[in-house]
Amino acid sequence: MEVQKFYYDNRIPKQFAIACVFWGAIGMLVGVLVAFQLAFPVLNFGIEYTSFGRLRPVHTNAVIFAFVGNGIFTAVYYSMPRLLRTPMWSNLLSKIHFWGWQLIIVAAALSLAMGYTTGKEYAELEWPIDIAITLVWVIFGINMFGTIITRRERHLYVAIWFFIASWVTVAMLHIVNSFEIPVSFMKSYSWYAGVQDALVQWWYGHNAVAFFLTTPYLGIMYYFLPKAAGRPVYSYKLSIVHFWSLIFLYIWAGPHHLLYTALPDWAQSLGTAFSIMLLLPSWGGMLNGLFTLRGAWDKVREDPVLKFFVVAVTAYGMSTFEGPLLSLKNVNAISHYSDWTVAHVHIGALGWNGFLTFGMMYWLIPKLFDTKLYSKKLAGTHFWIGTLGIILYAIPMYWAAFRTYFMLSSFTPEGQLEYQFIDAVQTSIPFYVLRAIGGTIYLAGVLVMVYNLMKTAKQGTFLAKEAAEAPALEKVYVAPAKAHWHSYFERKPMILLVLSLVVVAIGGLVEMVPTFLIKSNVPTITNVKPYTPLELQGRDVYLAEGCYNCHSQMIRPFRYEVARYGEYSKAGEFVYDHPFQWGSKRTGPDLARIGGKYPDSWHFNHMLEPVSMAPGSIMPSYPWLFEKSIDLGSTKSKIHAMRNLGVPYPENYEAIADEDLMKQANAIADGLKKEKIEIKSDKQIIALIAYLQRVGKDIKADKASTSQN
Amino acid sequence: MKFTTYLEKITDVSIYPVISLLMFVSFFVIVTLWVVRTDKKTMEHMENLPLENEN
Repeated sequence: MEVQKFYYDNRIPKQFAIACVFWGAIGMLVGVLVAFQLAFPVLNFGIEYTSFGRLRPVHTNAVIFAFVGNGIFTAVYYSMPRLLRTPMWSNLLSKIHFWGWQLIIVAAALSLAMGYTTGKEYAELEWPIDIAITLVWVIFGINMFGTIITRRERHLYVAIWFFIASWVTVAMLHIVNSFEIPVSFMKSYSWYAGVQDALVQWWYGHNAVAFFLTTPYLGIMYYFLPKAAGRPVYSYKLSIVHFWSLIFLYIWAGPHHLLYTALPDWAQSLGTAFSIMLLLPSWGGMLNGLFTLRGAWDKVREDPVLKFFVVAVTAYGMSTFEGPLLSLKNVNAISHYSDWTVAHVHIGALGWNGFLTFGMMYWLIPKLFDTKLYSKKLAGTHFWIGTLGIILYAIPMYWAAFRTYFMLSSFTPEGQLEYQFIDAVQTSIPFYVLRAIGGTIYLAGVLVMVYNLMKTAKQGTFLAKEAAEAPALEKVYVAPAKAHWHSYFERKPMILLVLSLVVVAIGGLVEMVPTFLIKSNVPTITNVKPYTPLELQGRDVYLAEGCYNCHSQMIRPFRYEVARYGEYSKAGEFVYDHPFQWGSKRTGPDLARIGGKYPDSWHFNHMLEPVSMAPGSIMPSYPWLFEKSIDLGSTKSKIHAMRNLGVPYPENYEAIADEDLMKQANAIADGLKKEKIEIKSDKQIIALIAYLQRVGKDIKADKASTSQN
Repeated sequence: MKFTTYLEKITDVSIYPVISLLMFVSFFVIVTLWVVRTDKKTMEHMENLPLENEN
């Protein structure tokens, strides 16, 4: 058979590697800043672009999509051509993919800091960026499948299965969760509302963790760990079972993010059951990784790459043990809304994603520059600094979570709540400081790596192309006589693609269809009415400032929550909430029943200077809301968009919406005047006050009317 | 207000969990059978794919 000569391109993997480390450092730096902001609110600097609510999404998006994203692409563009014995299908598409993704990252960072957000966690980017992501993702897919189709190796290695499943599932998740109706350039409303929005969002959110942070990184593990160890994976058979059971189970587990919320019970149980089952494939994968080093543990002592890999895989094992644990309802009662969740994701992000990326970089950069690593010792130092950083990050968070849980759930013998929410906040501050120091140490380790890798690159010469040769694939494949029917799939990438899609789509459909079917049966509460135009504008201020990053709007049916916040939340209360704002973390108190709790003047002073109303508060102040005006020009299109989504505003209400808005705003401003507060009625703070005074109030009216009857 | 009350209104809603259970179990069995019956040579070939063409 004729042997063909070809070249592997190293330029694109190198570019992605640089981008990965660069954005990683930036994303972590922002993380360190927001961590310190929680302990020292003065670090919010009193300007909108650097306030916690806007920067926290910058941090999460940067670490997930910029750091890990570019890490995935580095691995794919390096390993796929080598596993398939062919160059990437199109160099042009590779370039478009690289530059397109970096542009998206820049646009994302800028727009999030400017307050353009959909208000859905980990899917905050507005619709034009969503479309750009879709286009770049499709380009990536075309390039990937082009490469697979023109391959010279008949069998697809398991790492490629993971890449294929990740690609197709992320595409599905992104499209389904991003259904939104544009109101203007950079503003849209989620297609779904309330319970349904929550279900879709966490189906997305959970599987973004699964198919962006986990499966592609398992591909990295299955490729780079054997490479670094110089031996094949422990059990290839186990890797096949690992792959199929993992992608089959993962997609169902999303509702475990919504335990004890207003989500239907059956969906909560479904999430719990599948989360517990997930433990098996996850640990199968972890053990497969660790056992690959059987009999080679002496190498781990010497080789920094293997050190990083071992801790990464161990962290994967820990967080995939913790995940099922957290999805048990009784454990979730403690962990949900607390710092436990934060600790959990950072074991995954810092340990699994971070360390696996670092190990890959220490292995890959010397290969790309045809040299040895500049300093093994420095890499070893990085390893210890990083490990210390993770420990110092995680332990205070676990501690704070339990401490605040015990405080917030304790009652005096007289049956009163023993502590105020602010007491729990105050007690957490030392832990926030420790956590921020842990993060800083981890970041210092990354900077050590940057220095080491730059020195490595300098001492070597970059291999832009690597020559390789392999025989072409025969057009007609004759299976060996004894081959089994299964090998058919391994040779057919398109079937693998479709099968993975079917597998993940079934999970999504079974989970969501019943909730959508019962739409007409969602317990409508007659008193729940659409927001007034002013409240709607205020809600958009709430979204833009990222209030959901610290405040939930979902009271769980526990004695200590009902006593603290008021009646527990009902599904029917959220039918006009596009998007839902249940939140996932309570750094501040729940706001589901904030309406009517305090006078307007309290909110006015509180937003201007939180500590004046709530001594000891760590909330940033929002001076710009008192200067920026409500965008009156947008009211019309917002009302129109909402009606298109099924919110029952009367026909032609758009025409008089702004009139109504000003009427309500003037009333609030007049009320404030009586308390000697002068403010123009068209300022954003007025809209925000109107919204906050409305939240969770409708159901009280329901009560009042029934008691009168 | 319990959600199950509303769920009962979809005809045969209990079929959903049963279908998902059946699908998962049969899928898992098929994959396991496939893996167990695969011949050693193919497995060896595949697991060594990343290690070939070492520079």
